[in-house]
Amino acid sequence: MTTTTSGTAKVTLPADNQILITREFNAPARLVWQAYTTPDLIKRWWSGERGTVTSAEVDLRVGGKWRYVMVANGGFEVSFRGEYREITPAERLVNTEIFEGLPEPDEHASLITTTFTEKDGRTFIEMLCEYQDRTDRDAVITSGMEDGMQESLDALEKVAVTLA
Amino acid sequence: MARAATTTDAFNAVAEPRRRQILDLLAAGELPVGDLVERLGLAQPQVSKHLRVLREVDLVHVREEGRQRMYRLNAGPLKPIHDWLAKYEQSWNQRFDLMDDVLDELRQAEERDDNDD
Repeated sequence: MTTTTSGTAKVTLPADNQILITREFNAPARLVWQAYTTPDLIKRWWSGERGTVTSAEVDLRVGGKWRYVMVANGGFEVSFRGEYREITPAERLVNTEIFEGLPEPDEHASLITTTFTEKDGRTFIEMLCEYQDRTDRDAVITSGMEDGMQESLDALEKVAVTLA
Repeated sequence: MARAATTTDAFNAVAEPRRRQILDLLAAGELPVGDLVERLGLAQPQVSKHLRVLREVDLVHVREEGRQRMYRLNAGPLKPIHDWLAKYEQSWNQRFDLMDDVLDELRQAEERDDNDD
């Protein structure tokens, strides 16, 4: 089957401390939910082209914990964890997210609200990521730049200058 | 003003939602300041203040036409921001494109199950 959704993710910055990621999938919401919350399926997409997921733990209940670990192409480990706050299967998921690579990871916890809206067998997802402040938000965006390290450093420097 | 130093760069200039709105309006074409005031529903001094910030970071250019001041977008200074976000967006595209493959398989498995019934 032809996939017409490739490369259509959109990233916008609705507020200083937010990132909004949107994407449509050519599948019903129950399957998108399944791919989004099932460990063996998460392992197949979560690292993108940046590495290999070595562990995905999901305790899908309110108050339950999750933790994903990947080995990046550079050989280093990257891990995230968090807790589920709200679960409405195939409709809405609210969870915290903590990047374990930071010195005081808990102080930089973010809140991710993902909504799944099905229409005509297709599903539109919106991931609203709310960070503690703009500095945390900008650091996340900058960390997404693995290609062109120099560009990344230039952008970081630019952000650092504006925050000075 | 103590805050002046924080608005001298395109990154900060577009952090303000109203200024992003002005840039969106100007993206469609040059506008006189009166039109901007009307479309934004703000008082003229507020709009002028935002336009001043955008001019300082070279995101808008202005010219006089009769008694009108005409503003237009100069997108050049947005490029570093665009590039910065594009890389992040690309990382999500790579993830979601892989998720498309997973979803194709799940859908096909469902269809097979339906046929088996």
